[in-house]
Amino acid sequence: MGRCDGKVALVTGGASGIGAASARMLAAQGAQVMIADRDTANGKAVAAEIGSNAAFVALDVASQDSWDAAVAATITAFGGWNVLVNCAGILRHGSIESETMDDWRQTMEVNVKGTWRGCKLAVAHMKAGGGSIVNLSSIAGIEGGADLCAYSTSKGAVRLLTKSVALYCAERGWQVRCNSVNPGIIETPMLETYFAERDDPQAEREAWDRVMPLGIRGEPEDIGHMIVYLACDESRLVTGAEMVVDGGAMAR
Amino acid sequence: MSGRLKNKVALVTGGASGFGRQSAIRLAEEGALVCITDLNEAGGEETAAMLGPRGFFRRQDVTREDDWTATIKAVLDRFAKLDVLVNSAGVAAAADNIEDADDAIWDLVMDVNLTGTWLGCRHAIAPMRRAGGGSIINLASVLALKGEGGALAYCASKGGVRLLTKSVAVHCGNQRNNIRCNAICPGYMLTGMLRDFLDSLNDREGEHARIAAMHPLGRLGDADDIAQMVLYLASDESRFVTGAEMIVDGGFTAG
Ligand SMILES: NC(=O)c1ccc[n+]([C@@H]2O[C@H](COP(=O)([O-])OP(=O)(O)OC[C@H]3O[C@@H](n4cnc5c(N)ncnc54)[C@H](O)[C@@H]3O)[C@@H](O)[C@H]2O)c1
Ligand SMILES: NC(=O)c1ccc[n+]([C@@H]2O[C@H](COP(=O)([O-])OP(=O)(O)OC[C@H]3O[C@@H](n4cnc5c(N)ncnc54)[C@H](O)[C@@H]3O)[C@@H](O)[C@H]2O)c1
Repeated sequence: MGRCDGKVALVTGGASGIGAASARMLAAQGAQVMIADRDTANGKAVAAEIGSNAAFVALDVASQDSWDAAVAATITAFGGWNVLVNCAGILRHGSIESETMDDWRQTMEVNVKGTWRGCKLAVAHMKAGGGSIVNLSSIAGIEGGADLCAYSTSKGAVRLLTKSVALYCAERGWQVRCNSVNPGIIETPMLETYFAERDDPQAEREAWDRVMPLGIRGEPEDIGHMIVYLACDESRLVTGAEMVVDGGAMAR
Repeated sequence: MSGRLKNKVALVTGGASGFGRQSAIRLAEEGALVCITDLNEAGGEETAAMLGPRGFFRRQDVTREDDWTATIKAVLDRFAKLDVLVNSAGVAAAADNIEDADDAIWDLVMDVNLTGTWLGCRHAIAPMRRAGGGSIINLASVLALKGEGGALAYCASKGGVRLLTKSVAVHCGNQRNNIRCNAICPGYMLTGMLRDFLDSLNDREGEHARIAAMHPLGRLGDADDIAQMVLYLASDESRFVTGAEMIVDGGFTAG
């Protein structure tokens, strides 16, 4: 018996990193999983590796048409929809002075509005039969980063968007829960790019290692375990919460 | 059972009732060996009977340091190591506001909830270090995050538990001893503690409805809602989680 038996999950950003790991782990616990990403090659590969419990659909979270099609494909493929994991996200470097309008707009479009679009569709569909929405915020949505102005702002927005959606559904008696996971530094392609773009990747890496008291580096599966918990009914009382999984960075 | 706690040894205080009892049951189901302790011997033996050969009960007053020493020794004698500590022993006092506050109530609540948890963390670290790491789980509360006028000592004690947890987490991280320390912040739950309080009222139903309505999900949780989070924090699934406060509260603190 799997912890996610009976769940149909749409995982955005499922082609890579945290999204790919959580798609695998949800499926291993019995869920049927639609992997949605703009990266078709990797997305299809993850779905194929999982097998018959998974499928892939192309999705650009910045496009409403694309969202509508992805949701329809999920329901057609698996006969329902009760879990949404909003993992698609981008990170652009930049402070309030250095970042361009373009970086700002793209970050907001993907990280915030993409998540908002997903929540809106999920609430509309799930209010009848219940469901669970998991949004990827970040510790950067709790504490600001000077060189991550747009990113921090976007993750702070996701954090409170999550609570607003949670309260709206709960107050109406709909069994749709909405929570965020706030990861620390997790070893994914996003992180590799982040370091590669720095002047001194090695120094930056060591600085981040010092931020996390535990002294181990986080892997996508560390976030996947929390996503499994939030997706399944073990967390039926949990809504509007922010789950920090960060090697202790926020403890001090 | 899928063995999420296979080969782990857990000590659960407050195991005669509520979260402590249900956590012990879940931990054992997932493969852990469990020692439960409590002041309440009848309740503790009852929980032990539910655990069968995977568990045993020992009477312990969490406010007494000598009792902690003896309890840890009993766990090590029986199971040879300690991986998980769940500090669930606790007391609440109603109608306790800053004007009517009573010295004895303040001392009792602080002693059990805060000093008891502090002692637990202190005594668990050495055996956990020898075991190569461990997980300490403290029961804070939503009242560590939001104030309630008539729960003065309780709020203060749980606010203390919340930051005690983070301090212990940072210390253990700095020591690189692989010991994690996290808090759970439950909303109001229908366990022994709240039942006793409701039973003491004339308008039991009215108060129950009022408390339920403070939670956007519109209902009170039960002990299993907390036990599921205890499982996550006790297992290696949460190996990257320390100093965190896990909120399980039906949306109480979201608004
Ligand atoms: N890695 C970390 O340290 C970390 C920390 C905190 C939060 N997060 C958040 O977790 C989420 C996943 O991050 P990751 O590290 O796995 O990153 P990743 O880069 O490995 O994966 C992100 C995925 O999102 C997809 N994506 C990007 N824009 C998209 C769009 N417009 N439409 C559809 N798909 C799109 C990408 O193709 C990619 O497959 C992100 O929201 C990220 O901000 C990551
Ligand atoms: N029930 C709730 O609504 C709620 C909400 C938030 C937090 N909590 C916290 O969770 C923990 C467990 O609460 P519960 O709801 O299971 O309560 P409970 O009353 O059902 O169980 C608490 C147990 O602690 C034991 N205990 C009290 N003083 C002790 C002492 N000095 N030494 C050893 N054992 C002692 C009691 O005998 C009892 O068995 C407590 O710390 C409580 O403050 C409870």
